Amino acid sequence: MADVPLTPRAYLQAQSRWTPVEIAFWLATLLPFWLLPDYLSLASQVAITALFALSLDILLGYAGVVSLGHAAFFGIGAYTAGLFSKFVWGAPLPGLLVAAIVSAASGFVVSLIVARFRHFTLIMLTLGIGLLMQEIANRAHWLTGGSDGLQGISINKVLGAFNFDLYGYTAYGYSLAVLFILFLCARRIVHSPFGLALRGIRENWTRMPAIGAPSRAHVRMAFTIAAAMAGIAGALLTQTTQSAALESISFGRSADVLVMLVLGGAGRLYGGLIGAAIFMVARDQFSGIAPQYWYFWIGLLLIGVVMFLPNGILGGLSALAARWRKS
Amino acid sequence: MLPPIFGVLFDGIAYGMLLFVLSVGLSVTLGLMNFVNLAHCAFAMVGGYVTVTLVNTYNWPFIATLPVAFIVTALISVVFERVFYRRLYRASDLDQVLLTIGLAFVSVAVAAYFFGTLQQPIPTPAFLRGSQQVLGLGLGNYRIFLIVTALIVTVLVVAGLEYTRFGAMVRAAVDNQRMASGLGINVDATFAITFAIGSGLAGLGGALAIEIVGLDPSFSFTYLVYVLIVVAVGGLGSIAGSFIAAMLIGISDIAGKYYFPELGAFLIYLVMIAVLLWKPSGLFGKR
Repeated sequence: MADVPLTPRAYLQAQSRWTPVEIAFWLATLLPFWLLPDYLSLASQVAITALFALSLDILLGYAGVVSLGHAAFFGIGAYTAGLFSKFVWGAPLPGLLVAAIVSAASGFVVSLIVARFRHFTLIMLTLGIGLLMQEIANRAHWLTGGSDGLQGISINKVLGAFNFDLYGYTAYGYSLAVLFILFLCARRIVHSPFGLALRGIRENWTRMPAIGAPSRAHVRMAFTIAAAMAGIAGALLTQTTQSAALESISFGRSADVLVMLVLGGAGRLYGGLIGAAIFMVARDQFSGIAPQYWYFWIGLLLIGVVMFLPNGILGGLSALAARWRKS
Repeated sequence: MLPPIFGVLFDGIAYGMLLFVLSVGLSVTLGLMNFVNLAHCAFAMVGGYVTVTLVNTYNWPFIATLPVAFIVTALISVVFERVFYRRLYRASDLDQVLLTIGLAFVSVAVAAYFFGTLQQPIPTPAFLRGSQQVLGLGLGNYRIFLIVTALIVTVLVVAGLEYTRFGAMVRAAVDNQRMASGLGINVDATFAITFAIGSGLAGLGGALAIEIVGLDPSFSFTYLVYVLIVVAVGGLGSIAGSFIAAMLIGISDIAGKYYFPELGAFLIYLVMIAVLLWKPSGLFGKR
C-alpha cells in the first residue's frame, strides 16, 4: 500500500474510507437497546463521556496539546445548558446549540492565551485555567448553585416527541445520535488537510510554519473545536440527568478523561470511545469499592499503559495485527 | 506597635517558606531534566507520614524525626527514579504527566489504606507552642521555627549548589546537558542524586507542613497545585526564582484568605496566569 504513489486528495480519501470494523463498531453501539435494556442510563453516560474523550483526542491526539483542564469546557457546556433550560427554553436541541456556542467562545478566548505556549508552561496554564473555572463555579453560588448543584432544570421532549424516560431509552438514543454526528464531524476534520496540519504540529511545532502552516492559528482552531465538542458533551449530561453539579467542572474529570483517552489510544478517534466505555463500565462494576481505592487501580493502569502500552489498547491491537499480517 | 497587616505578612512569609521547602526540589529537577514530576507532593506526603509514625507510634521527639523524614523520602524517591522515571527522560510531556499522575493516585490510595483518610495530628513539642510578643504582634513559635528551618535549608541548598564540586556539576548540567556530559560529568548519576535530595527536601516539607496545613492522603494533590504554581512562577531550575515565587504565593494566599475570603483560591491562580502571560518561562526562568 505504502509504495503506491498517491495524489494528496487520493491519499486523504484513502485515509477516510470506512472499514468494515468501523461499521460493525457503530452497529454494535445499537445493541444495548435490545441486549442490555437495564443499563441504558449507563450506556448514555458512556456515550457522553466518549464524546468528551473524542473532543480531547482532537486536541491531544492530533494537535499534541496536553490539557489538564479540559473539564472547564465540559462544565461550561453543562452549566450553560442547565441555565438555558431554566431561564429561557427547555428544548434540548437549542440548548445543545447554545452550549456549543458558549463553550466554543470560551475555548477561543482561552486558546488566545494557551496557543502561545508549549510544554510545561502549557500544562500549567491549562491546569490553572481549569482550577480557576472550578473555583468560579463553586463561588458563583447565585448562578450555579455552588456545591449544591444547579436546581430547577427541566428539559422538554427531544424534537417534541421523545420524553426522557426512567429507563434511559431516549437518553441513550439522543446521546448516541449526537455522538455519532459529532464523530462524523471529527472524522471529517482529522482526515482533512487541516487535520494533517495538526498532526504536523504534534510532530514538530517549529517546522510547520516553515511550510506555510501557522501553528498557533491551527492550535487555536483545534482548541476551539475541542472546547465546543466538550461543551456539547457537558450539555448532554445536564439534559439527560436533568442536573448540573460541580463535579462536571472538576479537576478529577479532566484527569479521568485523560486516563480514558490514553487507555484507549490517543490520536486514533476510536481510542477515546473504547477507553470511555471500558472506564465507565469498570467504574460501574466496581462502584462498591471506596473511591480512593478505585484511583489506586487507575494509577496502576496509567503506569502500566505508559510503561508497556505506549499507544493504548488500540495501538497495541494494531501492532499485534501488523505482526500477524507479516508472519 | 505594628498594625495587624504585619501579622498577616508574617504568616504569609512562614507559609511561603513552607512552600519553598516543598517545591525547591521540583524546580531543580525540572530544570535539570525537564521532567514533569506530578508525584512530587506524593514524596512530600511520605515524609509527613514518616514523622507521624515516628512521633505517634515510637514516641520520638518531633525535631528528631525531621532528618529521618528527609532520608527515608530521599531513599524511596531514588528507587522510583531508577525504576520508573529514568526510562521516560526522553519521552513526551504526556507520558511523564501520565506516569507521575498514576504514581500520585497510587500514593493517595496507599496512604489511605495504611493511615485512613482522616487528618493525622501530632503533638507539638512544648517549646513550639504558644507565641512571642514582638512590637505588639503575636508571632507563633512554630512559624518562627518554620522560617528559621527554611532559611537554614535555603542557605544549605544555595551553598551546596554554589560552592561544592557537586553543585557545579548540577549547574553545568542544568545549563547545558550535552556539553556537561561531553566534559565527563555523569549527568545520569548527578540527576539521580539531585532527585533524591530534592525529594528528600519535599519530605522534610511534608513533615513541617503537618502542623500548619495538616496531613491526609489528599496531600499529594492539594499541595501539588501550590508547588507547581511556585515552580512555574519562579522559573524552572532557579532557586532564587522559587524562593521569591514561594514568598509571593504564600503571602498572596494568606492575605487573600484574610482580606478577601470570598475570593477563595482565585488570587493565586490569577497571580500564576498573569505571571506566565507576562513571562512564559517564569520570573527567573532561562528557557
